[in-house]
Amino acid sequence: MSVYTRVGRARPSGADRVELAAWYLMRLTGLGLFVLALSHFLITHVLYDPANQTAEWIATHRWANDLWRYVDGTLLVLVVFHSFVGVRTVLQDYIGGRLRIVLVILLAIGGVVLAGLGLWAVASAAAPPP
Amino acid sequence: MTLPRPSQSATLKLTYRGGEGMLAWAFHRIAGVAIWAFILLHVIDIWLSQVNAQLYDDVLQVYASPPGRVGEMLLGAALLYHALNGLRIIVMDFWPALTRFHKQFWIASWVVFVVVGLPVAYDILKPIWGG
Repeated sequence: MSVYTRVGRARPSGADRVELAAWYLMRLTGLGLFVLALSHFLITHVLYDPANQTAEWIATHRWANDLWRYVDGTLLVLVVFHSFVGVRTVLQDYIGGRLRIVLVILLAIGGVVLAGLGLWAVASAAAPPP
Repeated sequence: MTLPRPSQSATLKLTYRGGEGMLAWAFHRIAGVAIWAFILLHVIDIWLSQVNAQLYDDVLQVYASPPGRVGEMLLGAALLYHALNGLRIIVMDFWPALTRFHKQFWIASWVVFVVVGLPVAYDILKPIWGG
């Protein structure tokens, strides 16, 4: 049964389990991002200023504590999933046929590569000297 | 209020071409795609911070320049709008009965947007005039 509201995309019928999972995951990751993405923006643009967050600052301050690496890694995974699945929805609305399939595959590859680059940076950044 | 249960395609049409919700939807989509584009840039710059620190610091100076700060402010506005409207969508998707208050939620989200957004925008922009 599809739920009719004026606001969100209608919940897919349970027949297509992947689409139904995507519908729920967009909302679940959205809730996580409401907290993580907004606080990330507040920390990096209000509490600190971009002018001061050099590569050295990241190593010696931001990622000196492993807890922040986990927070940033979680934010990264949520935002890549949410934004790439969101763009897939946009593609599905405007593009059809074979081009859509090609673009969605490229998008999926791009999302995995981007998440990989980001996770590698978070995990491998050199710890500051003790 | 009894509405005939719409077919799946009619549901999509109403969702996507509805009256007052249309504006909320259009802003949500434009902001979402803009944030996605910034995420591409932003994850790559964080990756750069580990493979080419000098280039990363140069990119950072672009972010901190006056045009960069205007971009930052627009990014923050897109993020805040998308977050507030997204919450509005989630609330009504999971508690459809609350849909009757969708206009009040829409107004409330703009009140929060302005009250939270203006001080943040001021804080981001003030180094431009030496604040």
